[in-house]
Amino acid sequence: MRRLLAASAVAALTLTATACGGGGGEAAAPTASVTDPSKITGELTWWDTTRPDSEGPTFQALIKEFEAQYPGIKVKYVNVPSDQAQNQFQTAAQAGTGAPDVIRSEVAWTPQFASLGYLQPLDGTRAVDDESDFLPGPLSSTQYSGKTYAVPQVTDTLALIYNKRLLKEAGHDEPPRTIAELKQAALDVKDKTDADGLALNVDSYFLLPFMYGEGGDLLDVQSKKIVVNSPANVKAVETVADLINSGAAPKPATTDSYANAMTALKEGKAAMIYNGPWALSEIYQGKEFKDKANLGIAPVPAGSVKAGAPTGGWNLAIYAGSKNIPAAYEFVRFMTTAKAQAKIAKEISLLPTRTSAYADPDVQGNPDVAVFKPIMDTAVPRPWIPEGGQLFQPLLEGYQSLVGGQATPADMLKKVDEQYHGIMKDWS
Amino acid sequence: MAVSTGRAPAAGESARGRSRRHDSPGRLRRALSAHWYAWAMIAPVVVVMLVLIGWPLARGVYLSLTDATEANMGRTIGVNVIPSTYEFVGLDNYLQILTSSLFWDKVLWTVTWTAVCVGLHYGIGLGLAVMLNRKLRLRSVYRVLLILPWAVPAFVAAFIWRYLYNSDYGVINGFLEIAGLSGVGWLDDPVTAKIAVIAVNVWIGVPFMMVAMLGGLQSIPAELYEAAEVDGASPWQRFKAITLPGLRQVSTTVVLLGTIWTFNMFPIIFLVTRGGPGSETEILVTYAFREAFTGIRNYSGSAAWGVIILAMLVVLATGYRRTLRNQGGPW
Repeated sequence: MRRLLAASAVAALTLTATACGGGGGEAAAPTASVTDPSKITGELTWWDTTRPDSEGPTFQALIKEFEAQYPGIKVKYVNVPSDQAQNQFQTAAQAGTGAPDVIRSEVAWTPQFASLGYLQPLDGTRAVDDESDFLPGPLSSTQYSGKTYAVPQVTDTLALIYNKRLLKEAGHDEPPRTIAELKQAALDVKDKTDADGLALNVDSYFLLPFMYGEGGDLLDVQSKKIVVNSPANVKAVETVADLINSGAAPKPATTDSYANAMTALKEGKAAMIYNGPWALSEIYQGKEFKDKANLGIAPVPAGSVKAGAPTGGWNLAIYAGSKNIPAAYEFVRFMTTAKAQAKIAKEISLLPTRTSAYADPDVQGNPDVAVFKPIMDTAVPRPWIPEGGQLFQPLLEGYQSLVGGQATPADMLKKVDEQYHGIMKDWS
Repeated sequence: MAVSTGRAPAAGESARGRSRRHDSPGRLRRALSAHWYAWAMIAPVVVVMLVLIGWPLARGVYLSLTDATEANMGRTIGVNVIPSTYEFVGLDNYLQILTSSLFWDKVLWTVTWTAVCVGLHYGIGLGLAVMLNRKLRLRSVYRVLLILPWAVPAFVAAFIWRYLYNSDYGVINGFLEIAGLSGVGWLDDPVTAKIAVIAVNVWIGVPFMMVAMLGGLQSIPAELYEAAEVDGASPWQRFKAITLPGLRQVSTTVVLLGTIWTFNMFPIIFLVTRGGPGSETEILVTYAFREAFTGIRNYSGSAAWGVIILAMLVVLATGYRRTLRNQGGPW
């Protein structure tokens, strides 16, 4: 009898103790004024979309640091390939089961997820720390109808990435600054070396620098107009067609286009490609770049109006149906501190989204980041609208038919324009 | 799907057929009391079918008559409440699809794709089966080798082929260049891309036809051939008068199955070309998938595509059955 009493007393004690622990975290959540955030408990699932071999380890190391700082929170790391994460998250979020607590969301997905009600609004929560420190471009991608739905994690843009040795052999010490110079340099490489000049990647995103260069764009968000079929864009697409027809760029493959362009650069079969900082760790694995100094990075060549490349990048967002929202706030906050971003930039050359992170000596010591920073300043923000992700498929199909010779630049853009009107019915 | 849904009515039909013979009143009750155990036995299957096939099908048909998308289907996730605002729109989705030139382009290509693939599957499968049905050395080795494509998972096969076709680094173009020819952008041109996907599907589909035909061939009594030989029939005459009629039962079944499979052959198209270049190699099912799973999902539109595809296959299968029955076939 006595033993039984003792046992129930112990049970009651543990019960109250756990109740306190659980209650403390939950009660604190809505007010967002936790006295001691390190006391929060819970288990989080995080969907990461980076390349598991070259980039994943850095993020897993950050998770270890986070768990050491917040002993009550356990983070389950799940790597989802970036081309599947959007679809899988939509399926899981819609069904209400299987969605992660935190997702690494591409900048274009964020407004889409937010418009569908999948994301937790983050205004005034602990997830967002010192909002004014973030670069304006990436920050704008986290906003949807006046609310903040994500926190910028890394940013990127496209640049001209080139093989210094091949350009030098062709008589060019400096990378081309304009499209005309690009064409000339590519033709020289083709004549004087056994490599091709420019390897094009037949993808909508990689067509944008040419359009921005001529002053064109896909949409005019302010006046809700579809402007893809503009004279500037026709000129841009004609430029691309000319690069191919003149032989400056060999006729690109439309299937596995990205991989083929990357292989061509890595193997020294092409001197130049357009690509972003995410590709650097893979490029350095190529035989031409065993000596990292052989790789050159320059702003994308300018068109007749300016030099501009699209703003890309990734945000961290919290699923609105998460059972551990307070813990998720802390995780997002931790992963987007200047310190965490500096570690990411130092180890895998992904660009920070915080102004203060660029002052970190670790970041300044990384030459790739140092090169990309000024390029980032000229990057053009894309229209952050829910339909943004749907704009690429029609443009891709058009680009493919252009390369295949089934459409002229004017025809191609006319067809893309028609399809855009089908996607966004209330736009003019 | 069309195959499995066909089964439930078929079972019901035969039961009804039996009860129709009792022509007295209250035959239903009598049938029930006489065969209650049979009904009890099939009840679990009927329930499972209704849950797994009937409900999604009914829901799909209903959605296809609305304007539901991911954005207007009501749901509550945490603090976000989205009201349901989709409406019943009748046959609008169907009208929109059936009046678009895109749909008819896809129908034309899907029918071509199905006809060419099934024709080649059947022709090559039959040829190989006839060759392997005689005694020759290493027969079992050939058989195993020829079945191999069937044993490889479709997605693995698709990726291997995609690599073989690669315009810059692919094996096929590698051989062409060794032979002094210039490489071909196999998957970059609409015509070659179509040939390429058909080739992959033929490679994958022939083994099944071959095995089925081989089974059929072995059930033809050898005496028939001997008798025909004694009568002085040429090999071609023997093939026409004995082999083909003897294979009739197997052929009709596998051709119908092959048609349905090929019509809905999603993985090959999706993984080898992703529907490209442009959307030239996209068949009806891959297009419906894209409609459903890109951007903000269009539930109603893709459901309408699904119902149209199902209807086409049902019409095809029924027509096929009727023709065969009129010719005195086994169906």
